[in-house]
Amino acid sequence: MSDLAVTIESADPRMRAVVTPEGVAVSVRLASVGERATALVLDLLILIVALIVVAIATAVAGGHVGRTAGILLMFVLRVFYFAGFELAWNGRTPGKRMASLRVINRRGGPLTPAAVIGRNLMREVELFLPLSLALAGDAAIAAGPWTWIATLTWVGVLAALPLFNRDRLRAGDMVAGTWVVAEPKPVLLPDLAAVRSAVYAAPAYVFTAQQLVVYGVKELQVLEDVLRSSGQGTTALQGDVARRIVRKIGYVHPDGGGAFNERAFLEAFYAAQRRRLEAELAFGRRRRDKNDR
Amino acid sequence: MALELKSAQFRREREGVWRELETLVARAERHGMGSLDGDSLARLPTLYRATLSGLSVARAISLDRNLLDYLEALCARAYLCVYGVRERPSALLAAFFAWRLPAAVRGAWRAIVLAFIVILAGVLAAWFLTASDPAYYDSFIAKGVQQGRSFDASTEALRASLGGGGKDVDELGAFAAYLFSHNAQIGILSFSLGFALGVPTLALIFTNGLMLGAFLALFASRGLLVELGGWLSIHGPTEFLALILSAAAGLKIAGAVLFAGREPRLVRLARDGRDAAVIMMGAVMLFLLAGLLEGLGRQLVVGMAARYLLGWSIFAAIVAYFCMAGRERRP
Repeated sequence: MSDLAVTIESADPRMRAVVTPEGVAVSVRLASVGERATALVLDLLILIVALIVVAIATAVAGGHVGRTAGILLMFVLRVFYFAGFELAWNGRTPGKRMASLRVINRRGGPLTPAAVIGRNLMREVELFLPLSLALAGDAAIAAGPWTWIATLTWVGVLAALPLFNRDRLRAGDMVAGTWVVAEPKPVLLPDLAAVRSAVYAAPAYVFTAQQLVVYGVKELQVLEDVLRSSGQGTTALQGDVARRIVRKIGYVHPDGGGAFNERAFLEAFYAAQRRRLEAELAFGRRRRDKNDR
Repeated sequence: MALELKSAQFRREREGVWRELETLVARAERHGMGSLDGDSLARLPTLYRATLSGLSVARAISLDRNLLDYLEALCARAYLCVYGVRERPSALLAAFFAWRLPAAVRGAWRAIVLAFIVILAGVLAAWFLTASDPAYYDSFIAKGVQQGRSFDASTEALRASLGGGGKDVDELGAFAAYLFSHNAQIGILSFSLGFALGVPTLALIFTNGLMLGAFLALFASRGLLVELGGWLSIHGPTEFLALILSAAAGLKIAGAVLFAGREPRLVRLARDGRDAAVIMMGAVMLFLLAGLLEGLGRQLVVGMAARYLLGWSIFAAIVAYFCMAGRERRP
């Protein structure tokens, strides 16, 4: 488990571990308030359009059947729009899908229908009540300005709840035991230390054991980022990093080693450094960074 | 090949499985689990577990961050597919009615009793106050919703307002739908206000009790209590039961916040919140039933005895269901 603690603590503060039923902790990134606001606005737009369509269709259809269906549809849309989609799409609504978000169970189990319904019924007090109070109009304000202000403050605090807790939980999430995470979508890139026969057959850059104890895992992974970066200024950046490493570890390029190429040097150093640190890892020693002795 | 890194070799050997899982998960995410054929469905858990164990190994032997991030993400995505909402809707519905709902209602009996007492207190308070001074009536029932039923109205007018059939039969469906959506909205509000420590929930149902009490006082003063009883009986018991259940669900949430006991507050809240949601779903269904009874039944069933009989036998059936159903099944 110490391994895991390292993985989680070194990541950014929005990462959370979810323990799967198999007992493996998988990390997920919590959705930011901005992402959730985006998803909510998209959903509300869709909801409003749907309500308008229902209203128009009801008016066109007319008659008592149209009116009955209209009232029921309005109710179902308002109360079950979010819950229905989250049930059907495994924790996603159209807005969340567009924003690449998803509701999951905080304890790691399956997302139950009761949880989905509970978290969405709470929207009544978190979303619809503040909205209708804010739009209450002059009559309500004139009738009791202080009551109006007090109620608005009260529900305003509820609505702003996600801003005040570490896990960005809204009241509905607390009641349902859920949280909203970003859909993870990383891509598997080629292994930088994969065998390239040319490099291994005649290694142009050779490092001594002394040169490989300078850096730790953190620096290795920064180097990985540098090697994987692309676009403008990459060459300059890599050149800069290569020169700094050469100075720091006291690397001397052998005479017969051919021309010094910064990119090739970095790749060779990355492979050698990773081999060394992974070998230490196999013996249970994880050198976190250059200061970890 | 002796020079190859252990972690690179590990990746080379396992990558096929990961890629296969990634393809399946991507398809399930885009088109739903239904789009996977039987073969893929059978492979999914195997691939998922293999990848999960791959992640554990990679954490122990590899320092390739891209690989670790990829495996983390792939495992998280596959986990969401494998452990999503998987039961068929029909099975879920059956379990809901067979034991989840009655068990949740029974589990909330304290909150139900409290909500009942608060409503009853509202009814009695308004009844006594209005009986002693009719001027209170207007403060309990706003002028806008009185529909002519006030102390200014004649006894005959009040008696006539309890009849049926006043409305066009064609309009009854829309009327029932309106009553349902309006009342269910109030129920959902009283549920969700439970998060605000339950005080607004209690205030809301107390206010509803006050309205009923004032109403009873008005009709009692004219000797129309029995007739009013029939008029209310047809839907009233069901509707008030639904309101009490909504409030009880809200109070359960409030209780979890206030009296978490030894558990962390969020854990307790999550557990009780799900039961509360189940109760609330039951309450919404009762509101639908009450809306039908009020919108259709009251206009179509006009006989006094028939109204009492219909209303209270439905109520008794619901209470019996909540008390008895699903006792042998443990969640």
